[in-house]
Amino acid sequence: MILSAIAFYVLAAIAVVSAFAVISARNPVHSVLFLILTFFSGAGLFVLMGAEFLAMLLVVVYVGAVAVLFLFVVMMLDVDFVELKQGFLNYLPVGALVAIALFVELALVAGAASQAAGPHRAPHAAGEVTNAEAIGRVLYTDYMLLFQLAGLVLFVAMIGAIVLTLRHREGVRKQDIARQVGRTRAQAVELKDVRPGQGLGGGLG
Amino acid sequence: MEIGLVHYLIVAAALFTIGVFGIFVNRKNVIIILMSIELVLLSVNINLVAFSAFLHDISGQIFALMVLTVAAAEAAVGLAILVAYFRNRGGIAVEDINLMKG
Repeated sequence: MILSAIAFYVLAAIAVVSAFAVISARNPVHSVLFLILTFFSGAGLFVLMGAEFLAMLLVVVYVGAVAVLFLFVVMMLDVDFVELKQGFLNYLPVGALVAIALFVELALVAGAASQAAGPHRAPHAAGEVTNAEAIGRVLYTDYMLLFQLAGLVLFVAMIGAIVLTLRHREGVRKQDIARQVGRTRAQAVELKDVRPGQGLGGGLG
Repeated sequence: MEIGLVHYLIVAAALFTIGVFGIFVNRKNVIIILMSIELVLLSVNINLVAFSAFLHDISGQIFALMVLTVAAAEAAVGLAILVAYFRNRGGIAVEDINLMKG
């Protein structure tokens, strides 16, 4: 029990500190790396709560895909990030005010919710199915439509991202299948009536 | 000391607050704003999983799965918009993004 408490405090502290580093780092590459650390700590918290499947999903999706996407874009764009950092102090007071108000509200709600949710708590029963199996049992039955909808969301996002970044450049040679198929014999072949002993050009004969 | 629901909720609240704070403070850098949105969505996921674990209802984790899906799609489309915008304008300063203001 004490070990899980220590693990919780370490993971939570790392998550919060690295989340703050994400928004305060000067170099956006560092921001992305701290974002990876935050999500990794979040995955650790999920494991502590017994949601192993979602923890692994978080690592695969975020560390494996989204963070790499962020890194790729940060490194691809040739932007002077020092200039973008100007005005950090201008927005600090109002941002801090909103942040403090938000945190106090959320903490109040959390305290109230934990008191309300207190009686429902029960120790984990032994011999339960694993987390992945429990998710699979409801995901493919009760939440089938939601599951399909998630696939549709990803599909639309994929098409949208491709359409947004696709660029037609002039002067690039590439295969045009419609033109190839639509070509007729008259366009492709030309018959020349050549007399014997004379070349096509006629100059050398 | 036992770790209860309120501990996880406080961590999620802290992450949420930091995310919103990041959106407020980094007014010029769109990439940091996108990362702040990811932080906010992570905190929502922690809340969902915490309630799911402490109330013994697996539905919360299904919903966290959906939030994860939408977050990934949002990141992909957002970064694609960013790349397209950078190609057209040569910069990503937020204050210059006012073409549709009329």
